[in-house]
Formats: sequence, C-alpha cells, structure tokens
Amino acid sequence: MSSLNKSTFFRAFLSYLPLIILFISVFNEFDFNYLKIENFSFNFVYILIFYWTLRNPDSLGYFSIFLAGIINDVVIGIPIGTSSLCYLILCAVTAYIRNITLSPNFVKDWFSFLFTMILINSIQVIILDLIFLIEINYTSYVVNTGFTFLFYPIFFVVFNFLTELILQKKND
Amino acid sequence: MATGRDDFVIAFRSAFLKKKDKQKFSLLSLILLSIVVIILSNINFKPIQFVKIGINEIIYRSSYIASKPENYVKELTFKIKDHIDLFENYKVIKLELENLKQEKITNNFLKSENEKLRNLINENINSDEILAKVLIDRESPFLKSIILNKGTKDNVKMGMAIIDGVYLVGQIIEVNYTNSRALLLSDLNSKIPSVLAPQNIQAVVSGTGKDYGIIEHTKDDIENDLNKIDSIIYTSGLGGLFKPGIPIGKISKDSKSKVNFFSDFTQLNYIKISSFSIGDKN
Repeated sequence: MSSLNKSTFFRAFLSYLPLIILFISVFNEFDFNYLKIENFSFNFVYILIFYWTLRNPDSLGYFSIFLAGIINDVVIGIPIGTSSLCYLILCAVTAYIRNITLSPNFVKDWFSFLFTMILINSIQVIILDLIFLIEINYTSYVVNTGFTFLFYPIFFVVFNFLTELILQKKND
Repeated sequence: MATGRDDFVIAFRSAFLKKKDKQKFSLLSLILLSIVVIILSNINFKPIQFVKIGINEIIYRSSYIASKPENYVKELTFKIKDHIDLFENYKVIKLELENLKQEKITNNFLKSENEKLRNLINENINSDEILAKVLIDRESPFLKSIILNKGTKDNVKMGMAIIDGVYLVGQIIEVNYTNSRALLLSDLNSKIPSVLAPQNIQAVVSGTGKDYGIIEHTKDDIENDLNKIDSIIYTSGLGGLFKPGIPIGKISKDSKSKVNFFSDFTQLNYIKISSFSIGDKN
C-alpha cells in the first residue's frame, strides 16, 4: 500500500484530480446543478473553479476550463461558449483577487465568490434571455446562487484537504 | 488616489494579460475566443454549422460513455425499488386493469365510430415512427432536454414529436448526423397547441421548468370549468406539427390547473420519434 502511495502514478493522479473532477462534472449526467429537488440546486463547477484558480492556480489550466465550458454548453444545450465565458470571468476575478491579496482571508474570498456569481449569472441571463430569447426561470438562478454560496465553505474544507494531500505527495 | 488607481490597473492587467508558468493562454484571449464562439455558433453559415454538428457528435457520444457507470447504478436502484414495492404495485395494477378492461370496450366503439366519420369526409392520417434510445438526459435547472441516438441519417427532422408509449414527451429542436436533441414538455420554452377534454377547449400547454405544465392562451377564464371535473389534455394538431389526439397530461379538479404529464421524463430509455401527414384517402 505504501509503495502504491509513493508511486508516480498516484502523485500524477492527485495533481490532475481537480481537472478530472471538472471534466467528470461537465460530462456526466449527474449534476449538482439539477438535483431534481424542488428549489434546491447548486453549481458545483463554479465552486471547483473558484477554489482551485484562487488557491492553487496551477492545478487548472485556463484552456481546460474553456474546454469544460464548451462541453457543458453542448451537453445541457445552451449556446456554445456561454459557460466558457462565465467560467473564464470567474477565473479573471480569482486572478484579480490573487494579485491584490497579500494574505488570503476565507470570509473575503467567500463574499467575493457571491459577487462574482451574481455577475456571471447576470451575464448568462443577458446572453440567454435577452440575446437568444431563451425563456429561463429567474427564481432558479437566485436559488442556485444562494445555495452555491452556502455550500462553498463545505467544499472549501474538502478541497483544502485535497490540496494538502497533493502538496504532501509532491514533497515526498 | 492616483496610486490606488494604478494598483487597480496593474492588478487588472496582470489578471487578464499575464500568462502564469503553467498557463498556455492568457485569460483575455480565451474570453475573446468565448465571445467569438458564441457569435459564430449562432450564425447560420454552413461550414460553421458542420463544425458545430461535429462538436455535438463527439461530445454527446463521450458524455454517453462517461455516464454509463452512473446510469448502471441508477438502473440498479430502480430495479431494487421495484422489487421492494412488488406486492403494493400488484394490488394497484390489478385494480387499474379491471378499470381499463371496462374502458377498452367503450374505446373500441369510439374508435370504430371515428374511423367511420373519417371515411365519410374521405380523410386519413398516416404516421411514421422511428424508435430511438435516449443517450443523455442531463437536465439543467434552466433547460429540459434529452439527447437521442437518431439524426438526419435516420430521417429525423426538426419539430418531430417525441412519444413515450402513447404519451407526448416533447419535440425535436436540434438535429445532427447521428443524434438529435428533443425539448421536453416541462421546459419553459415548450408550447404545445392542445385541446382539453371533455370541455373541448383549445389551449396551449406550456412548460414551467418544473415537473408540471400550465394552460395558457385560452379565450375565456377556464378556471371554474377545470375545477368541476378532471380534464385530459391531447394535442390539437393545430400548427400542423403534431398528430391530433396524442395524450399529453391530466388536470385533476383539485390540482389548481396544473398539468400533470402522463410520462415520467426521468425514466425515459426508449422513445418514438413520430411524424404524420393528413390527406385524402385517394
């Protein structure tokens, strides 16, 4: 078992894990964004991208995020490029926060995430509803934004544990 | 003040334009690329449409393969649940069967009467059906659609009706070479011309984004009529897209005008893609 832990394969797997989770999330039918529960959904991909591009930007490449957005658009059937644009704006905000922050603060990050989500969901609504005239449910967006904001701390803890594991394996 | 603005500009420029060690593309270039993709994907230009169809084909197939393990687990859960509920279901089904046997006798009479009347006006309805498998049924909170494994090579066309058993499920909104996308009745953008029986009221059934629909565009306020008796909704055939008389859903008198669709959209495995033509017998 210990030899398995030390193997390069396991180390490589761990370092690519955020990317693997991202692509599984967009490819797979199972979607936290639609749990078939009345008035409950959250956007796992937003949390994933926000956390990893903010705390460990080398784990997720911008081009991979762009590609994941394209796949998400094709799978759920919205105009191609919409999710990519939203994901990349999320990355832009995290890059900006990284540049202006000397010591990371969880609460500040958490509220920045809320404002970013409001911004990108507004952009998505403008693209879908006003430009492409696709009727959408505004309440779903508000509920989704609220729950994504509330779920961020839970995934923050999980991803922090994963980051520590990745760093630990890198230093082995 | 000026220093604060300079800091903002530096941070902004660094975020958008600088490439980090492991990033091969700058954020700004990818954001611009996304905008170009959004614009291009909606231009009705043949080469772009071919590229779009190619992307769709690859991603739909990959997504189908990626969802296989999850679908297997889902199927297994349903099987276990069916086994647990076996006896309970048996009692309900036995009662339903008795009712259906009685209804069938009445229906047979109505069917032959309907045929006679159509013969009198020299009219017949021909319909073609293509059996298709549901590849992906990933729904988003905003859009309800499914991907089917039949496309232009199987003569699938835009607007064709999607039928689960005898019940209407949705319509084709996008066709690729080997697959297509169908918009479900529950989607906010779905509008189906329909007729309410027994009141015989023409209406439009609209999706709500949830698992029920609503009635729209009726001439008068029909709330009182709907509260008196259970109503069945069928396609009216107006607009020429759907065959008249395909069952859509039911409005119970105490359901506050909510249309409960007959088909369970979460359980779709195989469906029929249907087209029809109304013409003279000769």
